[in-house]
Amino acid sequence: MPGKLKVKIVAGRHLPVMDRASDLTDAFVEVKFGNTTFKTDVYLKSLNPQWNSEWFKFEVDDEDLQDEPLQITVLDHDTYSANDAIGKVYIDIDPLLYSEAATVISGWFPIYDTIHGIRGEINVVVKVDLFNDLNRFRQSSCGVKFFCTTSIPKCYRAVIIHGFVEELVVNEDPEYQWIDRIRTPRASNEARQRLISLMSGELQRKIGLKVLEMRGNAVVGYLQCFDLEGESGLVVRAIGTACTLDKLSSPAAFLPACNSPSKEMKEIPFNEDPNPNTHSSGPSTPLKNQTYSFSPSKSYSRQSSSSDTDLSLTPKTGMGSGSAGKEGGPFKALLRQQTQSALEQREFPFFTLTAFPPGFLVHVGGVVSARSVKLLDRIHNPDEPETRDAWWAEIRQEIKSHAKALGCHAVVGYSESTSICEEVCILSASGTAAVLNPRFLQDGTVEGCLEQRLEENLPTRCGFCHIPYDELNMPFPAHLTYCYNCRKQKVPDVLFTTIDLPTDATVIGKGCLIQARLCRLKKKAQAEANATAISNLLPFMEYEVHTQLMNKLKLKGMNALFGLRIQITVGENMLMGLASATGVYLAALPTPGGIQIAGKTPNDGSYEQHISHMQKKINDTIAKNKELYEISPPEISEEIIGSPIPEPRQRSRLLRSQSESSDEVTELDLSHGKKDAFVLEIDDTDAMEDVHSLLTDVPPPSGFYSCNTEIMPGINNWTSEIQMFTSVRVIRLSSLNLTNQALNKNFNDLCENLLKSLYFKLRSMIPCCLCHVNFTVSLPEDELIQVTVTAVAITFDKNQALQTTKTHVEKSLQRASTDNEELLQFPLELCSDSLSSHPLPPAKEHLESASSNSGIPAAQRDRCSSWIELIKLKAQTIRRGSIKTTVTVEKASPVGDGNFRNRSAPPCANSTVGVVKMTPLSFIPGAKITKYLGIINMFFIRETTSLREEGGVSGFLHAFIAEVFAMVRAHVAALGGNAVVSYIMKQCVFMENPNKNQAQCLINVSGDAVVFVRESDLEVVSTQQPTANCQSSCTEGEVTT
Amino acid sequence: MTSELDIFVGNTTLIDEDVYRLWLDGYSVTDAVALRVRSGILEQTGATAAVLQSDTMDHYRTFHMLERLLHAPPKLLHQLIFQIPPSRQALLIERYYAFDEAFVREVLGKKLSKGTKKDLDDISTKTGITLKSCRRQFDNFKRVFKVVEEMRGSLVDNIQQHFLLSDRLARDYAAIVFFANNRFETGKKKLQYLSFGDFAFCAELMIQNWTLGAVDSQMDDMDMDLDKEFLQDLKELKVLVADKDLLDLHKSLVCTALRGKLGVFSEMEANFKNLSRGLVNVAAKLTHNKDVRDLFVDLVEKFVEPCRSDHWPLSDVRFFLNQYSASVHSLDGFRHQTLWDRYMGTLRGCLLRLYHD
Repeated sequence: MPGKLKVKIVAGRHLPVMDRASDLTDAFVEVKFGNTTFKTDVYLKSLNPQWNSEWFKFEVDDEDLQDEPLQITVLDHDTYSANDAIGKVYIDIDPLLYSEAATVISGWFPIYDTIHGIRGEINVVVKVDLFNDLNRFRQSSCGVKFFCTTSIPKCYRAVIIHGFVEELVVNEDPEYQWIDRIRTPRASNEARQRLISLMSGELQRKIGLKVLEMRGNAVVGYLQCFDLEGESGLVVRAIGTACTLDKLSSPAAFLPACNSPSKEMKEIPFNEDPNPNTHSSGPSTPLKNQTYSFSPSKSYSRQSSSSDTDLSLTPKTGMGSGSAGKEGGPFKALLRQQTQSALEQREFPFFTLTAFPPGFLVHVGGVVSARSVKLLDRIHNPDEPETRDAWWAEIRQEIKSHAKALGCHAVVGYSESTSICEEVCILSASGTAAVLNPRFLQDGTVEGCLEQRLEENLPTRCGFCHIPYDELNMPFPAHLTYCYNCRKQKVPDVLFTTIDLPTDATVIGKGCLIQARLCRLKKKAQAEANATAISNLLPFMEYEVHTQLMNKLKLKGMNALFGLRIQITVGENMLMGLASATGVYLAALPTPGGIQIAGKTPNDGSYEQHISHMQKKINDTIAKNKELYEISPPEISEEIIGSPIPEPRQRSRLLRSQSESSDEVTELDLSHGKKDAFVLEIDDTDAMEDVHSLLTDVPPPSGFYSCNTEIMPGINNWTSEIQMFTSVRVIRLSSLNLTNQALNKNFNDLCENLLKSLYFKLRSMIPCCLCHVNFTVSLPEDELIQVTVTAVAITFDKNQALQTTKTHVEKSLQRASTDNEELLQFPLELCSDSLSSHPLPPAKEHLESASSNSGIPAAQRDRCSSWIELIKLKAQTIRRGSIKTTVTVEKASPVGDGNFRNRSAPPCANSTVGVVKMTPLSFIPGAKITKYLGIINMFFIRETTSLREEGGVSGFLHAFIAEVFAMVRAHVAALGGNAVVSYIMKQCVFMENPNKNQAQCLINVSGDAVVFVRESDLEVVSTQQPTANCQSSCTEGEVTT
Repeated sequence: MTSELDIFVGNTTLIDEDVYRLWLDGYSVTDAVALRVRSGILEQTGATAAVLQSDTMDHYRTFHMLERLLHAPPKLLHQLIFQIPPSRQALLIERYYAFDEAFVREVLGKKLSKGTKKDLDDISTKTGITLKSCRRQFDNFKRVFKVVEEMRGSLVDNIQQHFLLSDRLARDYAAIVFFANNRFETGKKKLQYLSFGDFAFCAELMIQNWTLGAVDSQMDDMDMDLDKEFLQDLKELKVLVADKDLLDLHKSLVCTALRGKLGVFSEMEANFKNLSRGLVNVAAKLTHNKDVRDLFVDLVEKFVEPCRSDHWPLSDVRFFLNQYSASVHSLDGFRHQTLWDRYMGTLRGCLLRLYHD
């Protein structure tokens, strides 16, 4: 009993001409929810109809409210033949179902048709009256909030972080049903859109139920994906992190969203591990963090082709996943004792979050990942999606055991993905093994934690780098040293993670985007043979991707990767691997060594020379990169650190030979005896190519930085200008004699050129940083490679950047030095030395930054003020005396609508469309998010049978993506919001058939609709009633700026 | 390796002013890329030609999609597909409706019809403006004409309201529309020395004083057409030259007033009757459409050329015209003072503007 949905159709505008004879349209609207349909009157002969309908009321279950979308169809009335559809609008009413979000959906929605694209707009008002439901066995989960954001949303406080929730639903894909042969493409597309909308509603409801069961009230880091499995069906699956959130009562007290890490560092007391001593003072000493997923790769090689459907190449849980799962021993047990209890009851201690409340993350072990190749078959019973569930359960189990092997009881930054080609599907999961502070996971509140932390008052910010596993019993070979920050704990020499850089981490210099790209040819094969071939290739790919990442990281002079995302894509005749991450120099980790090249034939003189030439080039590049990214760590002599811990080399060797069945690995001595050396052996042309390709990566032009994390380490003072974009490229490979090398080169060029194009296009924003750069690779056809990039460019203030990084470095230096003093009476000379390497007079800098601060942004804003407004204002005053002018204004009529003519109204407020910002980040620079309005999750299909006429494939896709943006913005605006954060384009499937002049594209996007207020406007607002006024005032503000 | 598809879509639509100009000027992508390369952009940015090509294509595609909206600028403001800051919207519109002086001189006063459109080929060759650009400019003229043709109210206001142009550009369009509607001949060789600015100036004066909208009738405020009644009435002025006494009296009044003040006094005195006859006859003839079209030809033939051949300085022309119009008030037998002022007030302004080399 539960709810009354009310819909009112107000008006339409810019409708297409449907009647050629009159050049007009007789439009009416059908409003459908569930099985109930209402119709408006026909508004005759107008392209701007004013229906002003009554309120259409639907009385529905809240279960339906969650599952069903509201479907609005605009039609052209035809007396003699069937009515022609103009287009549709689907409105997800979910945001109206929980109290804190939107209360009404009202605004102009683009009318969308899957064949013609956007055809005019319609003004709709939607409201929901919910009745309280006391039924305990209800099927709905109204009231559970969903966030795509992978951190605790800005105006909330996490009381408890419950943990992992997942669900999947399956169905037949309408495109592959028999009826599809007789229905029109439009009908088929609409059936698909509707089905997916229904399925994601259902999925969200089911996840919500799970959250309620866990006594949570929200899902954070909600990630929903579609697997278009073709013949075998359609899978919609989602994962997220259940939380109990509390709305912060006074938003002003909260930190501004765009806050810089350094600033946050100051304000947040001590985000440190509350008890590192009790934890790890024992014999837990670090080794090398090479967790990186070799263990899964091993599992590929073990094939069990016993069943047709399940080529399960992942080990069963019981098998303990080989070496990785070996027992931790008593130390580990000790270590985990405290924290694990909270997580133990949980099946999967996973968290989809990538950024955490201070104090949450204690230690980070490293990346864990697992992949599995499956053969798809038809889903016979959609109500029991057990097969798919079982597949994922297996993978998750494996991830869990990998984490265990790393001495970690949890996995953070967790995500799942698939790649499908014909009937083969690769399932992947990855995350970062970590040790968490148990207090957040139990009923203890954050306050408790804060107090605790204040009491303990531990001055280290390096805790998360300290190894969580036990030194003597490491799952993989690694090189450990004492932490460069606290000197107490051991740290690995490199750290790979899938999470964002913790705000309290001390970073030296700036970060940069690091990518590893790889292609492998594969024979075309059918079914099982194909799956076998793929699973044979996977370990090699993983290995090479990893090596490339490692080499590139060293080449940049950095020692840690954040936001690592490895995507393996399967195609008919090749596999592609693309890894993206943000490299940084963590102050707590040791300085990375260089890369040494060793030739195989030491006798050949010219060859030697060549080698030494290459070596020089590499050394130069490293030096250059260090300068470019301002990496100048304080020199610390060996004695202070203490002599390196004697490597348990014997053991690690042993371990590895256990864990790696592949011979490849022995070539790369990861725990090379000599400290810090990283050796590349050039023994064949392949290796030569690899070295060359290392050096071909061009750094971004000056003034540009890029990263794939939320914020760029080392840049703190973002200005408010942001530009989110999507760029898509497809290349056709010449099919003749393709080799792996040629393929690699093509792919590498494709990615590099794409980046170069982005830098060029956005050059007007310099100095700026591309944040959250997200590459997606797909192989739509035999010889086609498609790369899709979504990112946001954010400008920053250069002068301030210099200054803050400097203070940053200073601070870290100071910190280091005080620590040292305490510990070892470390002389202060070093400190002053490195200070003198920044000989900029601070006073002058202050002035500069101050002036640029006040001047530039204001000027920009002024320039933005509408010119058209001016025109319109002026138009009133010119000509023949004012009396007459006003008369003409009033009587002017024919074209244009009422709003526009009313020129005496506040300029532009009615006439221009409000600006809606979109960003893949969880915040908006220079602004504060005051309200979350609900999740945006939209799925669109666009098809054309006149590809050439629409400007070819580029024209078609360009228009479609622009339309998708427009529809997202319109929905956000209708909810009363002015931005989408954590925006992500999860899928962009493009298929073409140029011979038939056809193309089709499917796009799935999601994000969080929010209301934000500029920080500059904030003072004004906060003096009034903050939450009540902010919405109107900020949307107003947006319009007028 | 060939690029099949290559697009960039920003949440805020990126507009590159330089590329927009190249696009408006009608250059193909290839030519535009070549021109950009020549501008030295590669050296400035360190980009490659391939990057430039891709960038140019992208912008061209965007402009192509925007063009449909630019045809009705208010749509550009309302549409939801492209998020463009207001200042950029204004720039897009203003530039799209901007036109080349050389081009407008070719079509000014011509009927904006298919026939003229066919001649665009020749105009393109003659002016060196690409055919594409010529077409855009021509279509702009025609579009504005069609929209405001039947509309009441101030011409400039109407244009500004429906095309959101700047004041200056809206006035220019008003002139173009006015000329096209009245089909004033501007292409004759004699008139080649006149710029578009000259004609636009005259058009504005005529719209202000000679159209229906000029007389304070709020019901039929039409700026496009000349006031027919007024043109009919102009016949009455003929008496100024037909009546010998009146003509002599007029001459003596002017001569008395100007004696000693004019450098070309004797030439003026000698030519007075010819000039006066010319000016009045132009007025009297305006009842016929054909003669309306030749208005500027007549003015140049009957007044500008004679004065110029006698080397009148501009200041003398001004003295003369002022005196010439003012003296009529002292003619007792002449009853059409208001009519004369309405005619001569505008004509004087026009003549002064038209009088140059």
